[in-house]
Formats: sequence, C-alpha cells, structure tokens
Amino acid sequence: MAQNSAELTPLDYTRYDFKDPESYKVRTHRGISEDIVRQISELKHEPDWMLDYRLRAYRHFLDRPMPDWGPDLSEIDFDAYTYYANPLAEGDTKKRWEDLPSDIRNTFERLGIPKAERDYFAGVGAQYDSGTVYHKIRDDLAKKGVIFTDTDTAVREHPEILRKYFGKIVPYNDNKFSALNSAVWSGGSFVYIPPGVDAGIPLQAYFRINANAVGQFERTLIIADKGAKVHYIEGCTAPVYSENSLHAAVVEVVAEPSAKVRYTTVQNWSKNVYNLVTKRAVAYENALVEWVDGNMGSRVTMKYPSVYLKGRGARADILSVAFASEGQVIDSGAKAVHSAPDTSSKIISKSIAIRGGRTSYRGLLHVAKGATGVKAAVRCDALLPDAISRSDTYPYNEIHEEDATITHEAVVGKIGEEQIFYLMSRGLRESDAIHLILMGFLAEFAKELPVDYALELNRLIQMEMTGAVG
Amino acid sequence: MSEEHTLAVKGLHASVAGKEILKGVTLTLKSGELVAMMGPNGSGKSTLAYALAGHPKYTITAGEALLDGKNLLAMSPDQRARAGLFLGFQYPVEVSGVSLSKFLWTAYSQMHVGDEADSDRFGADLTKHLGYLGLDNSFLKRPLNEGFSGGEKKRTEVLQMATLAPRFAILDEPDSGLDIDAIRSVGETVAKLHNPGMGTMVITHYQRILKFIRPDRVHVMVDGVIALSGGRDLAEELERKGYDWVKVGLAASQASGT
Ligand SMILES: Nc1ncnc2c1ncn2[C@@H]1O[C@H](COP(=O)(O)OP(=O)(O)OP(=O)(O)O)[C@@H](O)[C@H]1O
Ligand SMILES: [Mg+2]
Repeated sequence: MAQNSAELTPLDYTRYDFKDPESYKVRTHRGISEDIVRQISELKHEPDWMLDYRLRAYRHFLDRPMPDWGPDLSEIDFDAYTYYANPLAEGDTKKRWEDLPSDIRNTFERLGIPKAERDYFAGVGAQYDSGTVYHKIRDDLAKKGVIFTDTDTAVREHPEILRKYFGKIVPYNDNKFSALNSAVWSGGSFVYIPPGVDAGIPLQAYFRINANAVGQFERTLIIADKGAKVHYIEGCTAPVYSENSLHAAVVEVVAEPSAKVRYTTVQNWSKNVYNLVTKRAVAYENALVEWVDGNMGSRVTMKYPSVYLKGRGARADILSVAFASEGQVIDSGAKAVHSAPDTSSKIISKSIAIRGGRTSYRGLLHVAKGATGVKAAVRCDALLPDAISRSDTYPYNEIHEEDATITHEAVVGKIGEEQIFYLMSRGLRESDAIHLILMGFLAEFAKELPVDYALELNRLIQMEMTGAVG
Repeated sequence: MSEEHTLAVKGLHASVAGKEILKGVTLTLKSGELVAMMGPNGSGKSTLAYALAGHPKYTITAGEALLDGKNLLAMSPDQRARAGLFLGFQYPVEVSGVSLSKFLWTAYSQMHVGDEADSDRFGADLTKHLGYLGLDNSFLKRPLNEGFSGGEKKRTEVLQMATLAPRFAILDEPDSGLDIDAIRSVGETVAKLHNPGMGTMVITHYQRILKFIRPDRVHVMVDGVIALSGGRDLAEELERKGYDWVKVGLAASQASGT
C-alpha cells in the first residue's frame, strides 16, 4: 500500500520566503530608457540585429498603451524596477554546482533543484534574477544533438536556428509586455530537439527572483523538429517584499510536423509579483502541443497560453489551473487558433478562488475559413468555497467553418456542507476536509506533475487552508 | 484488552429546519453490544444518527449525549470521530478527485496520530476487508463514491468503518439497495467486525440483514422517541405486523403519562 506522504509533511511557511543579500556583479540603475536597453545588449556582446530588435521593441513599448481590459495594473511603475541584475558576470553560466557562489547554491538547494536534477530530469537550468547561473544537460542527450542552454548563449552559439524562430511566434508588438520583454530580455531557455529524437524524461528550468523590485524578463524558445518529443518544466518562486516586482516573460514553442511538446509551468511567485507572460506555440501537421499551466502565486497574473494549429491534424491540449487567495487576481485562460483542417483542441480550465481571491478565465476559440473538420472542446470548472471570492469566464468564439464540432461547459461549484461534514465525520479537521476537496478538484492537474511539484501544490493549498479556517 | 466504553443518550431533543424531530431519545450503548434500530420512515432514526455525529443542520434543543462521560455534543464532528464515533451514512457523499485509498489512508492516519500509522498493517487489513465485502481492489483507485452504485456505496461505508475501527458505530441502513448476496456479505462483515471493544447500532427496515447481524436488542423509534425495545424476535414480529400497533401503544402510554 503506497502511503501518500503529502498529508504527513509538516508545514513550512518559510519555504520560499527567504532572500539572499543583494550582491550583484552587474546591475543597471533603476528604471528603463533607451540607454538601459543598449547597456543590456552591450553587456551581452550581442550582434547588431539583436540590438536593433531590442530598440524597435522598446519604441513599441513606449507607444503601446497599457491593456484597457483585465486586471488593474495601475500600481505598476515602470521606473521603479531594476531591469537587469546578475549575481555573476554576464555569460558566466556554470556547468557544475560546485562552481556557484555559496549563497546562490544554498538558495537552489533549499528549493530542491540539484536533488530534482539527479532524480527526475534530463537537464536543468537555473535563473537568478537576470542571470542564468547554471545550465546542464545529460551527455547522452547532447550527443544526440539536443540543445538545452540559456537563450543568451544560443544567440552566440546557435544563431542559425535561433534567428529562424526568435520573435516569429510572439512578435514584439503583440502586446505591451511582449514589447517590454523583447527590449530587455535576459536568460530563459533555448531548447532544440533534432528530428526524431525523444528527449525522454523532462528538462527543467527554475526561475528565482531574489532582489527587491527587480524585473525578470526571460525569453524561452523551444523547437521540436520533425517527429521529436520533449517535455519542459518550469518552476518559479520569489521571496516576499513590500515593493512589487515584475515578471514579463515570452515563451515561443514550435512543434514541427509530428512533433510532441509538453510545457509544464508551476508558478508560485510571491504575492508581490506582477506576472504578465505571453506564451504561444505553433503546431504543424499532426504535431501535438500540450500546455500544463498552474498559477498559484503572484499578485496579478495575466497569461493565456495559445496554440496556433497550422498543419492538418495538429492537436492542442491545454490544462490551465488557477488558485487565487487573498489579494490575488489570476486572469488566465487559453487560445486555440485552428487555421488548418482536421485540427483539434481541448481546453480545461480549473480555478479556485478563496478568501477574497479572484480568478478569471479568458478563452479564444478561432476556426478560420477553410479549416474544416475541426473539433474543439472547452471545459471551465470553478470552485468558490466562500462568498467573498469571485470567478468569471469570458469565452470568445470566432467560428468561420460550419462543420466545426465545438463543445463548451462551464460549472461554478461551491464546496458542499454535506461533503465537509462527511469527511469530518471520518476524523478530518475542517481545514483538512476542505484541503482534500480542493486537492481532489485539482487532481487532474496534480497527476500531470512530477512528484515534488505535486507535493508543493499540496503544501501550498494546505497553507492557504490553515489561514482560512483558523 | 477490550476496554468498556459507554455511549449514553439522555432525553435528546433535536430539530432540523425549525421542526422538532427528536422528542426525548434515551438509550445506552455499551462496548460489546449490538443493537438494531427500526421504525417507520420519517420517525427520526437518521436524525438521531446525524445529531450524534454533529451534523451542523441539526440543532440539539435539550438532553445530552455522553461518550465515556464526555459531552459529545460540545465536540465538532471530527472530534467526535476521533473520540471513537463512526457514522455509516444512509446516503454517502461523493468527493471527486480523491481516490478511495487516499481518503482511507488520510482518515486512518488522522486517527493514529501519536501511535504510528502503520502503512503495512493498513494495507493488509484493507485487502482483508475488501475481500469480506466482495469489493474489487480497483475500487481503491476510484474517486470516493463517485459513480459507485448504491450497493457499492453502502459496502464502502462498511469498509470505512472497518478501516477506522471505531468504539461506536452507527450504520444507517447499510442494507438498503443491496442485492441478496450483498446483504449477506455486508451483514456477515458487520457481525465479524463487531467485537467486545465496540458498540454497534444498525438502523434498518428489514429483518433480512438482522439474520446475519444477530442483534442483542431491537429498538423501535416512532415519532422521535424510542417507543419500544425488545429482543431479536421483536424484529420478526414487526415484519409480520407492521408498526401500527407500536404507534397505538405509544399513544396510549403517552396519554396515560407514563
Ligand atoms: N434537512 C431537513 N430539512 C427538513 N426536514 C428534515 C431534514 N432532515 C430530516 N427532516 C425531516 O425529519 C423527519 C425525520 O427524518 P429522518 O431522516 O430522521 O427519518 P428516518 O427515520 O431516518 O426515515 P427513513 O426510514 O425514511 O430513513 C422527516 O420528516 C424528515 O422529512
Ligand atoms: Mg433514515
């Protein structure tokens, strides 16, 4: 009988909320300007094309108004953030843990990174504020031609592949925050899987914000060539500060014909982080893209992972989970754009809002003229355990082919008194009963996660429940 | 090793939705005793079970319930469970996404804080109990009660009782909706699990399960009070004669003030 140790793990409130002293090798002045953009590019000894790209993006960022929909972003003060802070010299990414400065090593050890690498992953990257401090891939995968490195290194070492895709899936002018990212990006993962190669166990990247009011703008590009297969997992945490931080990432994914890409995120930013992320994938003929996207942390999240289905028979599977507690707004969702025939998409959104938290599902389903035989299914389940929290759904459908098969379900549930009583009558405390019901609600998501992440999710919800039920 | 425990209910009045349902229930259940509770639909049997287990909808307006002298009514439902009270539900509740095995382990380990919750013993007992009840191992992976047939739900309630090994178990109609073979396996399992350290009360409408359970005593609830108590043959008599004569007797004794 396998015992589930999740229930037995004692609570540790300080698990993520610790910070290293701020000692940075390189750090720009607070605020953003053309000069800062140039400084970042210069630090990285970038080719001219990248500097040009950054500057174009920066100008667009200046011109582009803030979004006039969605959560309140009025507290964001772009002049208050530090846009680049690196504890190591730029480009000094380590390949061995022992070479990391001890405080950074300790940080990642407390977060379980080296152990996770040994236990579950084929490659691991670790980013600390703007700097990619560690990157490693298993030798056998490297020998098969798999590339897993930070994106800055890829600009230098793999320009042919990178330039073919960079900014092509998410153009800088897609939205204000993709423009900002394109102007000041640093770090992120670059993954290339050659044709027919299966990367096997997942690659993992861990993103940590350490300093106060620092922005993190990683840039991730994942390319699975024809028939290749990869699972990429990212985790994100930060300590709590009184000033807010900004995380504005751009993630681009390409699944060439018959490739399979799964991208899993467990985002547990502290509640002072604005998390405004653009994630988009393109799936060609018979390719499959899966987004497994869990948003538990941050003050505000705006994130709508998308799949553009551009080849016949391409598939998208998006599982988006939001958990919003006191003071949090998680505005998430998914987009499936069907522009080729016989493509299919499945979107499942699960959200829990408690203690005054707020979740929204925003979804787009687009079926282009000529995309016949499309199948799309959307299911939104929201759970509202109390009366002070809120959940909304905003589904948009743009269907231009009549034969599309579309299903849409949305259910908002409460946790029934009968369920709680039933579990309590078995000896569970009220908070444990609610915790179990919530974990049950999220089981579909938890079972897709590596064990450590599932335990982390469990612990987090337990922590929120203990706060809620006294 | 079996200790003597007592569940004592005295003059219990309870109401639900503003309506008084229990109108002075008095009964005592001791370790080693196995009793049946019968009575017409709506007479208050489930209400008694819920009131003792602490369902928030049921308000106690008078009387007391003591478990080994401790005031059960002042405890939350989970405290009552940890004090050793178990309620097998007439209508078990579904919880999606929580597998039966995970749920059983969670409940079991809650009951065994302090002394170690032994996962090997837990597993061995579980396998044994599943066998008693004719439940397939595959149930353990399924979400708790979700999509279970009526009979499977009832058997799962007994499985939970077996796992938690309570001091006092109240089983509310463990036999309703069961097929003939299942009545036998549930009845026999309840009898097998019953032991000198445990007091068991089975609420039922039918004589059939009592053949396997063989209760020491039979109580009859009518209109919120225990109208009559007797030996095992009382159940047979009720099956033959119905409840009218008990109601008549109750009315007469109430009229005469006894
Ligand atoms: N939540 C409730 N709201 C309103 N009335 C209720 C509620 N629960 C119970 N009652 C009423 O209380 C009375 C007793 O119900 P109870 O369920 O205890 O009966 P019972 O003896 O268990 O009946 P059965 O044999 O049908 O299970 C019934 O008239 C029932 O309608
Ligand atoms: Mg009943």
